[in-house]
Amino acid sequence: MNLDQINPILLIASLMVAATPILLAAIGETVVEKAGVLNLGVEGMMITGAVVGFAIGVNSGSPALGFVGAAIAGAALSMLFGVLVLYLLSNQVATGLGLTLFGLGLSALIGKPYEGMKVPTLAKWDIPLLSDIPVLGPILFQHDPMVYVSIGLIMAVWYVLKSTRAGLILRAVGENHDAAHALGYKVIRVRLMAIAFGGACAGLGGAYISLVRVPQWVEGMTAGAGWIALAIVVFASWRPWRVLLGAYLFGGITVLQLNLQAAGVPIPVEYLSMSPYVITILVLVLISTRGKHGAPGSLGRIFHASH
Amino acid sequence: MIRLEKRPSPSRFWATATPILAVIATMIAGGIMFALLGKDPLEAIRTIFWDPLFHETFGPYSRPQLLVKAGPLILIAIGLSLGFRAGIWNIGAEGQYIVGAICGAGVGLAFYPTDSVLLFPAMVLAGALGGWAWAMIPGLLKVKFGTNEILVSLMLVYVAESMLASASQGLLRNPEGMGFPGSRNFKEFPAGHNAEIFTNSGMHWGVVAAFIAVIFAYILLTRHMLGFQVRLTGEAPRAAKFAGVKPARLILFSLGVSGALAGMAGMFEVTGPAGQVSIDFNSGYGFTAIIVAFLGRLNPIGILLAGLLMALTYIGGELAQLMLGLPGAAIQMFQGMLLFFLLAMDVLSNYRVRWLRKEVTS
Repeated sequence: MNLDQINPILLIASLMVAATPILLAAIGETVVEKAGVLNLGVEGMMITGAVVGFAIGVNSGSPALGFVGAAIAGAALSMLFGVLVLYLLSNQVATGLGLTLFGLGLSALIGKPYEGMKVPTLAKWDIPLLSDIPVLGPILFQHDPMVYVSIGLIMAVWYVLKSTRAGLILRAVGENHDAAHALGYKVIRVRLMAIAFGGACAGLGGAYISLVRVPQWVEGMTAGAGWIALAIVVFASWRPWRVLLGAYLFGGITVLQLNLQAAGVPIPVEYLSMSPYVITILVLVLISTRGKHGAPGSLGRIFHASH
Repeated sequence: MIRLEKRPSPSRFWATATPILAVIATMIAGGIMFALLGKDPLEAIRTIFWDPLFHETFGPYSRPQLLVKAGPLILIAIGLSLGFRAGIWNIGAEGQYIVGAICGAGVGLAFYPTDSVLLFPAMVLAGALGGWAWAMIPGLLKVKFGTNEILVSLMLVYVAESMLASASQGLLRNPEGMGFPGSRNFKEFPAGHNAEIFTNSGMHWGVVAAFIAVIFAYILLTRHMLGFQVRLTGEAPRAAKFAGVKPARLILFSLGVSGALAGMAGMFEVTGPAGQVSIDFNSGYGFTAIIVAFLGRLNPIGILLAGLLMALTYIGGELAQLMLGLPGAAIQMFQGMLLFFLLAMDVLSNYRVRWLRKEVTS
C-alpha cells in the first residue's frame, strides 16, 4: 500500500473529468423534470450517445463532430419517449425504463464493429497564463473543452430557469400543468423541447465517456452513470448549482476509490468499486429524510387536456 | 383532427388486443431492422419465432429451452407485477436475483458433500430469503424515509454485481478448481442440483415454482383482500386511502414478494441451467422480466404467455445468431421495441379515439 502516490492536485483535476458525464446528463434531466416529466431513460440515451459519438469520432477523425452527433442521437432517442409520453399518454416510468432497455440494445448493435478501435480524443486546453498558476492551474485550467462546456451549461440553465420568461413558463408547466394550460401555455410543446434538451445533454455525457474518459467503446460502458445522474437530480433538489456539487462529490468518490485501488489499499477491489453506488444510496436517504421539498408539482403525471 | 377521450374504465377488448398488435408491429419493425442489417427479414422472423419450436433438426434441442428460459422470467415478472399494479417500482430484480443465487448456492456449498434430501428445500428457502432481504432495503428506506425505491433498487443491482464478482472469486470459489473463478459445479453435487424433473423437457423446479406463483398470484388478485388492495391502490389511490389501505404494508408486501421470487429464480438458475456461481451467470433476466410483466398486462395468465413468448425470442435470437449471423444485440433491441409498441398502443385501451371535424372558432 502506498498512499503517498495519491496526488491531491491530480485527484481534484481528474475528479472534474470523472464527474463531467454525470454532470451533463444530470443538468439535462433537471430541465426535463422541471418541466414535469420524469425520464428514466437517461442511461439508454447516454449509452446511445456514447456509441454514436464514438462511431462518428472514428469515421470522421473529429471528436467535436462526434459530440455533435451524440447530442443529436440522444435528442432523437428522447423524442421517441416524448411522443409516447406526451401524445400517446403512456406511463412515464414504464416508458423511461423501456427507453433504457432499447438504448442498451441499440448501442450494442451499433457498437459491435467498433469494439477495440481507437478514437482521436479531445485535446486538453492549456489556457495561457491561467494554467501556470500553481495548484489552481492544473486543477482548473488544463482541461478539455467539454469540462468547461458542462459548467457553462449549468450556468446557462440556472440563468434561464431563474431569470427568463422561458424559464418561468417551463417551471409553471412543471409545477401545475393544468393551470399552465389554462393560462394558454403550450404544455406539450414546452415539455417536448425540454425532453429534447435532456436527450441531447445525456448524449453529450455518454460521448464524453467513450471519447474522453475511457476512450474506447465497450458494451454497457456507462455502467449506471445515467441512473446516478437521476439520483443527483434528486440530491440537488432540482437546483442547477447543487447538481454541479452533487456530480463533483460523486466524481470525487469515483476517482478516490480508483486511486485507492491503484495504491493497493487492503480492501477488496469489489468493495471499493461498489462504494459509489452505496454512497449514492446513503445520500439519497439523507436527502429524503428532509422531505420532498423541491420536486416539481406535476412531476411524472400524465397531462391530458380535455379541452 | 384527432381527439382522445378518456374511457371511464379501460377497454377489455383492447387490453387483450394490444399485446397481440404490439407483437405484430414489432415483427414488422424488426423485419425492417433485419433488412437494414442485410438479412432476409422473412427468414429472420421465421428463424426467431418458428424454427425453435417446429424445425426438424433444431426443434428437439430448443423446445426444452423454452421452459428453461421462461421459468425465471415468469417467476420474476409475477412478483414485479404486484408492485407495478400498486405503483411501486422495483426495477432492481436483477440484484435480488443475484443475491438469491449467492445465498441459495452458498447454503448448498456449505453442506458439501452431503446427500440429505433436506438440502435442496433449505437452499430454496435461503434463495428466497436472500432476495427478500435485498428487496427489503429499498422497501424499508421507502417506508421509513420516503426514499425513491426506483433509484435505490437499481443502485443495488450494481452492488449485487460486485458482490457476485467477489463471491465467485473468493468465498464460494471451488477449492478444487485450480484457482479458476467460479464455484463447484452443482451438476456434480446431486443433493444441491436443480435437475430436470423429466429428461429433456426443460422442466426443473424453478419452472414448477413459476407455475405455482402464477396460480397464487391469480388467486391473490381475484379472491383475496390484499390483492384487492393492490389493485385499488394502483387504480384509485385516493379511494384506497379512504378504504384504509396502509401504504407502508403494501410497499413492504409487494417488494418483499417480488424480491423473494426473484431470489428463488436466481437460486434455481444457478444450481440448474447455469450450474455454478460464476461472475456472469446472470443474464439480465431481472430486466427482461420488466418487459414480460408489462407485455402480460400485469395479469398472471398474461405473464405466463408473455414469459413463454419472450423465452422464444431468446432462443430464436440465439438460433438466428448461429444460422444467419444476426448480432446478439439485435434481439435485445427487438425486446425493447416490443415494450415500446406495447406502451404506445396502450392508449387504445385507456382512451377512445375520436375523429373530429375542425371546430368552429370565434
